[in-house]
Amino acid sequence: MKTSDRTWSFVVLLPSVILLAIFVYGFIIQSGWFSLTDWGQDPVQALSAHPVLHFQGLANYRDLFTGFLDARFRQDLVSTIFFTVFFIAGCLILGLGMALLLDRNPRGEAVWRTIFLFPMSLSFIVTGTIWRWMLQPSGGLNVLPQAVGLPKGNFEWLSSGAAVLKFDWNRLPLLTAALVGLIMVYVAVRAQRDGARTRTLVAGICAVLLLGWALLIGPRLKLLPGVELHGFNLALVGIILAAVWQMSGYTMALYLAGLRGVPDELREAARVDGASEWGMYRSVIFPLLTPITLSATIILGHISLKIFDLVFAMAGPDNSATDVPALLMYVTSFRGNEFAKGAAIGMVLLILVAAVIIPYLVSQFRRAEA
Amino acid sequence: MTAIPTPVTHTAAPRRGLGRPLMYVALVIISLFFLIPVYLLIVTALKTPDAIDLATTWALPGTWNWASFSQAWDKIGRNLGNSLFLAVVATLLSAMIGSVNGYALSKWKFRGADTLFALMLFGMFIPYQSVLIPLFQFVKSIGLYGSIWALILAHVVYGIPITTLIFRNFYADVPGALIEAATIDGAGFWSIYGKVIFPISIPGFVVVIIWQFTQVWNEFLFAATLTNTSSQPVTYALSQLAGGQAVSWNLPMAGAIMAAIPTLLVYILLGRYFVRGLLAGSVKG
Repeated sequence: MKTSDRTWSFVVLLPSVILLAIFVYGFIIQSGWFSLTDWGQDPVQALSAHPVLHFQGLANYRDLFTGFLDARFRQDLVSTIFFTVFFIAGCLILGLGMALLLDRNPRGEAVWRTIFLFPMSLSFIVTGTIWRWMLQPSGGLNVLPQAVGLPKGNFEWLSSGAAVLKFDWNRLPLLTAALVGLIMVYVAVRAQRDGARTRTLVAGICAVLLLGWALLIGPRLKLLPGVELHGFNLALVGIILAAVWQMSGYTMALYLAGLRGVPDELREAARVDGASEWGMYRSVIFPLLTPITLSATIILGHISLKIFDLVFAMAGPDNSATDVPALLMYVTSFRGNEFAKGAAIGMVLLILVAAVIIPYLVSQFRRAEA
Repeated sequence: MTAIPTPVTHTAAPRRGLGRPLMYVALVIISLFFLIPVYLLIVTALKTPDAIDLATTWALPGTWNWASFSQAWDKIGRNLGNSLFLAVVATLLSAMIGSVNGYALSKWKFRGADTLFALMLFGMFIPYQSVLIPLFQFVKSIGLYGSIWALILAHVVYGIPITTLIFRNFYADVPGALIEAATIDGAGFWSIYGKVIFPISIPGFVVVIIWQFTQVWNEFLFAATLTNTSSQPVTYALSQLAGGQAVSWNLPMAGAIMAAIPTLLVYILLGRYFVRGLLAGSVKG
């Protein structure tokens, strides 16, 4: 292999590397800088070609998390977490179910597969347009029971003001610390069982610190002067339904590829050993599918954290009951011209997504190298 | 992990009395969940505006009204044209870039190539909200704001990670011996690409083109921020059509069908490759 060939390969990649360096990393840094300024507070500067920006530190972030006027952002953050959890659960359960059914080789398998997967090829805008009509308060799904002689439903799909699982925003640091602390306890126990001493120690210390903080300091911390309740807005149920409709085919495809990769000999061996059908799934097949579940969770999670178009199409940009941070960023920046605050919301989103994606990318590359 | 779920018959598939009928019942019920929205979509698109009543949502249209489609075409036909131009140009450009990148990354690895690739890949996952304001400013500053070329630029640049990933995985299956033999024959970087790699790349190109075409056609955030009325692609036009309060529901439904047909056709005709792109986007090979 000549060195000039290696040089060519570098030269070929250079334009892409430069473009991504600017458009991804450069722009992220620039957004980060904007989020630390006052861009947009002065309407004159907001839309000027060369706005004069003043550095003001973390003020935008402080406002978002504790400011009186930004309760909408806090609700959005809570909404997006609930949305993500229910959306992933829905896609995983339905997708696995469909894959298990198709793995049993029904007749016309290709047809079933096509039906389960076709929403994937649609745009979230198309899906949203259809489901917006499905979920009209006095039509669509609500009158569906009448078609079989049942009374009609009256759920306010996209506009319900009700929320469940409410908690006080002041308790957020406490709840987060307690949750992460418990996860750390779990990690420490697992590490000890695997005999990894450093990992046990680090996780153990983190767990003690977090739980100690949650017990001793957390209850006394006040982010806001008063109680501010946030929970799972029931108006999101309709959007989750549409999102599962669109994306569960994806988990089905992942699981099906995984199931088809299980060698027949393995199933055979389990049967010979006298395992029941369920026992075979539980002790042979499901463990083999764990990495797929993890991949799917991460991919769906990052899609869900930045979901924007589906909500825009189903409920519009100004429906506070179904608002999410990705939508709020768009509205804040491009309708309200509060660019600095918009950039701050964008950075919070980036941190959320990066927390999911970076460990995933790192582990994937480690596995590839091994 | 770019395997596609093709039907493989397990020779020992269990045959139990109750199992199989139950399986079909489950399949039918799940299919209803996926197909009911399609029924409602088509039925509503074919109703006359005065026949669209929330109480009779589920009924078949009394008179079939095909005019919704021509009316919707008047409103979003131009945007469909924009989307087509955008998707074709952006797809071809990003496929070409991805092919050469994937080739360089899989067959001529230099030190740090994997790290570089991981850094590139991150660009695929970022929420575009975190780069949107600088992108918006940049596009304005080079005078592209409101032009379809602004969208092409964004889609080509942010498409590089996924197209590179798919081609890199595709070329990884090309035996190294083939490259070595060509090197011994005196071929270099470009002649190997031209004579050995490119000719066998067609399946790779099909996967990338289908995947990118679908993604670009379906994209919304860039469409909403970088374009103006004359250059808006169909997703944005449809969202405006459907969001408008005065419009009767047959129009957005007809518009949704028209906006969905190109990607739906791609999926039905070339579903195998669509699924391959889908799986490639999630798991590294």
